[in-house]
Amino acid sequence: MVKKYVKSKKLGIHNEKKLFGIGILYLLPALILLGVFLFYPMIKTFYFSFNEVTGGGLVKDFVGWDHYMKLLHSAEFRKSMIGTFLFVLYTVPAEIIIALFFAVIASEKLKGIGIFRTIFSSTLGVSVAAGATIFLFLFHPSLGVLNNILGFVGIDGVEWLTSSKWALFAVAITTIWMHIGINFIILLGGIQNVSAELYESAKIDGAGYWARLVKITIPMLSPVLFFVTIIAVIGSFQTFGQIDILTGGGPAGSTNIIVYSIYQEAFSYGNFGFASAQAIILFLVILIVTFIQFRVGEKKVHYQ
Amino acid sequence: MMKKLLLYTLLIISSLILFFPLLYAVSASFMEPQEIYAGKLFPSAINFDAYKEVFENIPLLHFLTVSFWMSFIVMIGQLIVCSLSAYAFVFIPFKGRNLIFFIFLSTMLIPWEATIIPNFLTILHLGWLNTYPALTFPFFALPFGIFLLRQHFLTIPKELWESAQMDGCTRFRFYLKFALPLSKSSLSALGIYGFLTTWNQYLWPLLVTNDDTVRPVQIGLKMLIANESSSQWNMVMAAVVTILLPTILLLFIGLKYIREGLTAGALKG
Repeated sequence: MVKKYVKSKKLGIHNEKKLFGIGILYLLPALILLGVFLFYPMIKTFYFSFNEVTGGGLVKDFVGWDHYMKLLHSAEFRKSMIGTFLFVLYTVPAEIIIALFFAVIASEKLKGIGIFRTIFSSTLGVSVAAGATIFLFLFHPSLGVLNNILGFVGIDGVEWLTSSKWALFAVAITTIWMHIGINFIILLGGIQNVSAELYESAKIDGAGYWARLVKITIPMLSPVLFFVTIIAVIGSFQTFGQIDILTGGGPAGSTNIIVYSIYQEAFSYGNFGFASAQAIILFLVILIVTFIQFRVGEKKVHYQ
Repeated sequence: MMKKLLLYTLLIISSLILFFPLLYAVSASFMEPQEIYAGKLFPSAINFDAYKEVFENIPLLHFLTVSFWMSFIVMIGQLIVCSLSAYAFVFIPFKGRNLIFFIFLSTMLIPWEATIIPNFLTILHLGWLNTYPALTFPFFALPFGIFLLRQHFLTIPKELWESAQMDGCTRFRFYLKFALPLSKSSLSALGIYGFLTTWNQYLWPLLVTNDDTVRPVQIGLKMLIANESSSQWNMVMAAVVTILLPTILLLFIGLKYIREGLTAGALKG
């Protein structure tokens, strides 16, 4: 009896090992790829940030916290961080509010609503390069439509991309436009998932359109809004292409937000170590901001 | 009735504003240079000169072909790698799978941009600059894709696997004959999403290509602007419209799947 039990237990362990082996086998491609292109480079970036590294990737000297101290005291980097946070602030609330508005009006069951939904989703198919190029044209000081329209109503043209006062704002407008598509798709999906019964019973209770919107749609949508906000914030921190095409970080560093700063430091100036320290800051900032959002979101989000 | 009228008004105004940049790009691509200088909104006649010129002046067709293959390879790679992982997480009850899944999910918090320096060096040392592997391999294992497919596989009844097993069906056969065919909608969502995002990539191709051999169309566009923007906006817009056409069409055709896929991610996430 005892013997038999031991045997079956042994068999169980053997079976477990076999299962583990099979499981890992299926995961192997993902494990290798994530290891090579995500975990290893993340650790390497951390290591680089404490060293002097040449453009070819050769580690010259260990410099400890030097790069971080330099960042702390660099007026340029402070400007870049302020610019980054301003950029997130300009883009995230605007792109979510506009997309939410579009999703609310496009959630109605009307004839031809499909056309409007398709149009509102369309910017998801627009690449950063193409979208930014169109806006480069729209923002053009003399040929651009935006200044033409302003001129038409008697306002002097704005130096959208060439004045440090407007450039970040102009890049933000471009970004908001490009992000509306994806936010709209997710928010519309969320609205359509709110159960019709809730609306029916609210209608019976005599609730009007606005009451239903504020008391049912928005609260029921809060998990989706939360998800969209997290994605939007992370996306804004990662902005690169628009900057590269529209302003190249200028004028006077006013649009040199963090990813662009990392790119320039590493691939224009060859300071891989210093750039790595900035990359670590980017990683930490995203981690902390997301963590805070989760802490705040936990209390505010209404789950069904 | 009033409400309907108001809604239509809002819808029409909103979509005109949102769609304006794209419509204007199309309109400008048909204009003569003088019409652009005159600040016209519409071309006096539709002519394809700008398109002809841009295809003659830069190897746009070659760039488009590169972008197509790059996006196609990433799409296939993602579908295979992500579905294998998702399958393991759902159908192979091995110890530690929840931990590994959690680690996979948490990698969504690592911004790809924070890893580009060592990644660039990896590609450099492998001698992969200006090759398709450099453009595609790093993107095969997409944690979001694994998550999306896992959610779908979880809806497949376990009894199906048990009875298939009794009929002597192997794990891999079940993956091929049941798990994948039953997840067509999620696979389509992931496939379209992967193709779109790869087609639209910018920073990584900029780093790992420095000649025309495998230069994707987005980087080709950047070069075109750098060289020609001062004078030839109709040509630039013709290039933009050409680049946008494939993804916009794909988006419109696949919108249904993408909406279902992304919504599932948002609701269950």
